[in-house]
Amino acid sequence: MPTPPDSTEARAPASERAGAREGVTRAWARLHGLGPVLGLVVLCIAGFLLNHDFATLDNAMNVLTRTAFIGIIAVGMCFVIISGGIDLSVGSMAALIAGGVILLMNALGARHLAPWLTVVLGAGFAVLLGALFGLAHGLLITRGRIEPFIVTLGTLGIFRATLTWLSDGGAITLDNDLADAYAPVYYAAVLGIPVPVWVFLVMAVLGGAILNRTAYGRYVQAIGSNEQVARYAAVDVDFTKLVTYMLLGACVGVATLLYVPRLGSASPTTGLLWELEAIAAVIVGGTALKGGAGSITGTVVGAILLSVISNILNLTSIISVYLNAAVQGGVIIVVAFMQRRRR
Amino acid sequence: MTPAPRAVTVAFDGIVKAFGAVQVLHGVSFELAPGRVVGLLGENGAGKSTLMKILAGYEAPTGGELRVAGDRVVFDGPRAAEARGIVMIHQEFALAEDLTIAQNVFLGHERRRGWWLDDKAMGAETARVLKLVGLQASPETPVRQLIVAEKQLVEIAKALQRDARVLVMDEPTATLTPGETERLFALIAQLKADGVTVVYISHKLDEIERITDEVVVMRDGRFVARSATRELTRHQMANLMVGREIADLYPPKDARPTAPPLLTVRDLTVPGWARGLDFEVAPGEILGFAGLVGAGRTEAFEGLLGLRPHTLRSLEIDGRAAHIRNPREAASHGLTYLSEDRKGKGLHVQFGLAENLTLMALKRYAAPWLHPGAERDALKAAVGEFGIRTGALDIPAASLSGGNQQKLALAKVLHPGPRVLVLDEPTRGVDVGAKRDIYFLIQRLAREGKAIVVISSELVELIGICHRIVVMRAGAIQATLAADELTEEALIAHATGLH
Repeated sequence: MPTPPDSTEARAPASERAGAREGVTRAWARLHGLGPVLGLVVLCIAGFLLNHDFATLDNAMNVLTRTAFIGIIAVGMCFVIISGGIDLSVGSMAALIAGGVILLMNALGARHLAPWLTVVLGAGFAVLLGALFGLAHGLLITRGRIEPFIVTLGTLGIFRATLTWLSDGGAITLDNDLADAYAPVYYAAVLGIPVPVWVFLVMAVLGGAILNRTAYGRYVQAIGSNEQVARYAAVDVDFTKLVTYMLLGACVGVATLLYVPRLGSASPTTGLLWELEAIAAVIVGGTALKGGAGSITGTVVGAILLSVISNILNLTSIISVYLNAAVQGGVIIVVAFMQRRRR
Repeated sequence: MTPAPRAVTVAFDGIVKAFGAVQVLHGVSFELAPGRVVGLLGENGAGKSTLMKILAGYEAPTGGELRVAGDRVVFDGPRAAEARGIVMIHQEFALAEDLTIAQNVFLGHERRRGWWLDDKAMGAETARVLKLVGLQASPETPVRQLIVAEKQLVEIAKALQRDARVLVMDEPTATLTPGETERLFALIAQLKADGVTVVYISHKLDEIERITDEVVVMRDGRFVARSATRELTRHQMANLMVGREIADLYPPKDARPTAPPLLTVRDLTVPGWARGLDFEVAPGEILGFAGLVGAGRTEAFEGLLGLRPHTLRSLEIDGRAAHIRNPREAASHGLTYLSEDRKGKGLHVQFGLAENLTLMALKRYAAPWLHPGAERDALKAAVGEFGIRTGALDIPAASLSGGNQQKLALAKVLHPGPRVLVLDEPTRGVDVGAKRDIYFLIQRLAREGKAIVVISSELVELIGICHRIVVMRAGAIQATLAADELTEEALIAHATGLH
């Protein structure tokens, strides 16, 4: 294409300046991307200085196992937030799935089905139920054109109330022999690493690959960055959102199926405030709440960082463990403050 | 506020304005004498609105000086200009919809008695200026309840209340009925008799001829001519506005292709915007869509793509009936659309260049994992093919200049390999060099056998590149002009309904 000389000359200095600015911006972005990791390192050093038990392998595995539930949900939440949405219901959803799974397994156990088969069916049911709840969210948001905040605020109440009603205000408890068959899913370890941690790792790696290396992942980012542009660029916005909420629902299902054998029961307080922890993990990990861009690695680091805080409070007596949520809340605000510049 | 002097002379002296690297005003100098109605003429992009925004304090000049009544002034906002008696009435109104007429008229200048607002005095004063502009409405009426023409009158009433000595009107009759237009003209005559300077920006040359004393013509950010209105014919005015070496800017035109149409649209209706549109485009043909702002051109094509509710009798692409419910289905039929709104609908400005380029054809790069190397190669090829000037490849689209963003947006809608291409304002906000590149690109695409629709508000550009031009007015096709009928006067006449 022919190039008129005047316009090239006029623009060259400006583009150089823009290039220099870009370099600085990228350096900043890289530094910010490291923020959560640096925070985690500092916390770990502090934890070790405060209590030498902190740095034991046992404690590390303990922290990671506790991180796994929130972390797995946070991976799904990361997709939803990047797409420009939100899901406030995940804690209640986990509780209802736990109750549903236990009821199903008890019913199957009463029919003398093999315990291992009952566990497999229960686990499958957890994921299926989560995906179905996600589908309901997705349909209400895309077809019903209701804000995700409102839809999931509504289901937050519906899910938890349904569980409370099913449990009659008390607990739904897994039968003993089934609990024994199910226990390894939470308590067993492979190569010295507990099962939930393996599952968390696989989900995170898979999530990162899907987000960054598939057309679907690119569409999620495109929709969150500017839904209108994505729509004009022939992206199937509604379908992509639907899949995203189903994915989160399935993640909640997986987290729940790992969680059920830990206590072997579901009660109205199961999964309480998980939504806040999952959202906080995503935000602390550097994903903007307004969507468009974010990282699974950051989300994983954010989830670990939050549970390290509560672990340190448990191991030391400087700050009361009752203030756990307050310290986490403070961390979220500090991280958000540091990330202002990027938005 | 000190009372504004009764007669105000405004002088522009070498006014320069640049937005980033793009210079839109190149040293404009002229004077406005008091008590005259001056028509300001020029094509879109000639810099008229920018110059008037500088006068009214909305923009600061990059260079040159502005003198009001002989004093050099630097306005830090529209209020500073208002204090000197200069008020601009925009095409888009600056009214607070939920407030009443009186509250809007006095917004930012409220009358007080002690600590309390003096609603009585403000109501009475508002009633006085409403009577002047001939709007029969109570000062207590919320602005939301007014129709567009009435809001226009409220804007004028607001200017009168502020004792405007220089009043700038940007396309004031675009939304008015003939009766309302007559009333506006009577008001302008009255203002003129009171010694107010009125700057009247309009594309409607018959109005310019009727109400202005003199015209000032601008082109490409420069002052071109000024003359007493009665000494110019409409034809001469149009020539002064266009005036450039068209032959150099546009590629030589090919003959209109005779092949059967590639895209045939019958009875396209987009409720509220367009009704009963019939048109067809042959492979290799460039079909223009002309019309005033609000004529429904963009909305019609957004409807065709399924982005707005619409009805159709039939749609054929390459002789086969097509059913399109969204842009994805349009793309699968080989039809893609370049939006006029580059930042809002065209590009993800925070995304990288490659991510923007491949978005519409992303499945090609996914098997199922995306191949970043292939995307990068595609970007390199596009940078060369479309002449996108960029230092690095891994920058966000926002870092490109307007012209290069537009080339990227064009490369993006071409990436899926469409056969029918709809380009909405393809040269909006780009400099002359990039415009020329885009015109030559459009011609090359036509020669490759694509059917091309170009929607543009720049009539000369349509005349320069199109084989035929459809003129729309108020949602309907007014005329379809063939190559030998393409003159700016004919297009304006059809677009404004004077034909």
